[in-house]
Amino acid sequence: MTERSPIEDFGRGPGLFGPRRRSVAREEGSRGALIAFGSTVVFIGFILWLVLSSEAWPAVQRQFFNWGHFQSAWPAVVSGFWLDIRMFLVAEVLILVIALIVAMIRALRGPAFFPLRLLAVTYIDLIRGVPIILLILLLGFGVPALQLPGVPNSELFWGLTALIISYSAYTAEVYRAGIESVRESQRMSARSLGLTQIQTLRYVLVPQAIRNVIPALLNGFVSLQKDVALVFVLGVREGVREAQIYNARTFNYTGYIVATILFLLVSVPVARFTDWYTDRDRRRKQAVGG
Amino acid sequence: MSVPKLELRNVQKAFEAKVVLHDVDLKVGHHDVVCLIGASGSGKSTLLKCVNLLFPIDDGQIFLDGKDITAPGMNPNEVRQRMGIVFQAFNLFPHMSVLDNITLSPRKVHGLNRAAAEDRARELLDRFGLGDKVTEYPDRLSGGQQQRVAIIRSLAIDPELVLLDEVTSALDPELIAEVLNVIRDLKEVGMTMVIATHEMGFARDVADRVCFLDDGVILEQGPPDQIFRNPGEARTQQFLQRIIEAGRL
Repeated sequence: MTERSPIEDFGRGPGLFGPRRRSVAREEGSRGALIAFGSTVVFIGFILWLVLSSEAWPAVQRQFFNWGHFQSAWPAVVSGFWLDIRMFLVAEVLILVIALIVAMIRALRGPAFFPLRLLAVTYIDLIRGVPIILLILLLGFGVPALQLPGVPNSELFWGLTALIISYSAYTAEVYRAGIESVRESQRMSARSLGLTQIQTLRYVLVPQAIRNVIPALLNGFVSLQKDVALVFVLGVREGVREAQIYNARTFNYTGYIVATILFLLVSVPVARFTDWYTDRDRRRKQAVGG
Repeated sequence: MSVPKLELRNVQKAFEAKVVLHDVDLKVGHHDVVCLIGASGSGKSTLLKCVNLLFPIDDGQIFLDGKDITAPGMNPNEVRQRMGIVFQAFNLFPHMSVLDNITLSPRKVHGLNRAAAEDRARELLDRFGLGDKVTEYPDRLSGGQQQRVAIIRSLAIDPELVLLDEVTSALDPELIAEVLNVIRDLKEVGMTMVIATHEMGFARDVADRVCFLDDGVILEQGPPDQIFRNPGEARTQQFLQRIIEAGRL
């Protein structure tokens, strides 16, 4: 197994734009690359022609793609988007931790742990059964309205809490799939050494499980990175909300395009990284498995 | 006879409707080496896993030093801390180095500090010719080396009893000897062992007593010479005949 730094590998070879096998890529050669390039140009050209030749295009361009509005919407939307990024980072860390704890509880065996398991399963089932936007509305407007002493009253806090609660339930299931993918003999081997169930999970099963589910976790990152924008329904002034405010003030939609571009700037690299990582992981497993 | 190290009385075990152990009685004295032979599916492996409490038994009792370890209220983790088990498929932890594999239980279960656990692990690795593999990961070792590490891992907790479950069955023929030699070494130092094996020559060589398992019961047991030269039961004779025809004895 040859070790190469990720930086060295990144942006090189077929891995970046999809899991193609190297031999196939080589057979296609430069002629294949030329055909791929040509057909892409023709295809995109056709779409552009279709859109630009529409009679309504000039109006749409003024409404959505106006350079002047782009510049004037930019500062507010960027500062709102910065809040999206911060929400994402805080939420992601908490989700990874909470989901792991829930998944470990679900993986415990034996009748003594039944109440804990029941609690974990109930949580996962209930939360996954509620649309995330409903949870945000319920917690974001409901809890502050209670005016409980000592409890934060900000919509931002409760909106983010709703996201964390919801995503933790999904992510717990990702971890669980990973824990179940570790062979039973590993659990048996650890228990035979006298390790308790919790030690077995902590030192033996979970480290192997996480390795198996990193692509799925990264996929969740991409999804959450966009879904943090949902707290705009509570009036939190993140990127989408700022674009909406700009639109309400100017009757121009270019702010939404600004927000779209900002989200793409973050999510596309993460998606590419996920594919690259998954592909590299598969190649490594093949190398070891022979 | 004084209290045996290990004793099984009327042990029964079924998986769903399939009865694997019908009614097993077995005594293993201190420093005894007992080999379990028998066809695949005769219950050898299940028996060992029951002794390690990895499978709960359905009926009967298992005693360690005269104490019933299958009684309700016994902590299985405490029982397991006193015995080692080695599996057919090695079952090393792939995400840990050889050293970490061996020191995990001494550190986390037996409360040794890292330095003491690692000193002991290095000592064992040196003794069994694996001193240069300390930092390797399991997937870089041959099957024979992995199995030797697995045996060392079970020894690192200073067990009173070692259970070996067909430890050479997954190995290429040329790697079997190195593992069997480790077990011979353990016999030399007086380790109490119960060994499920298909290696009849080895069983004859190393066992104080050989037990022939057939369909979930110990049909016949005795010193190796008696079992291999002069088996009393027709089923034992048939089994050994098949082994001889296969060129394994």
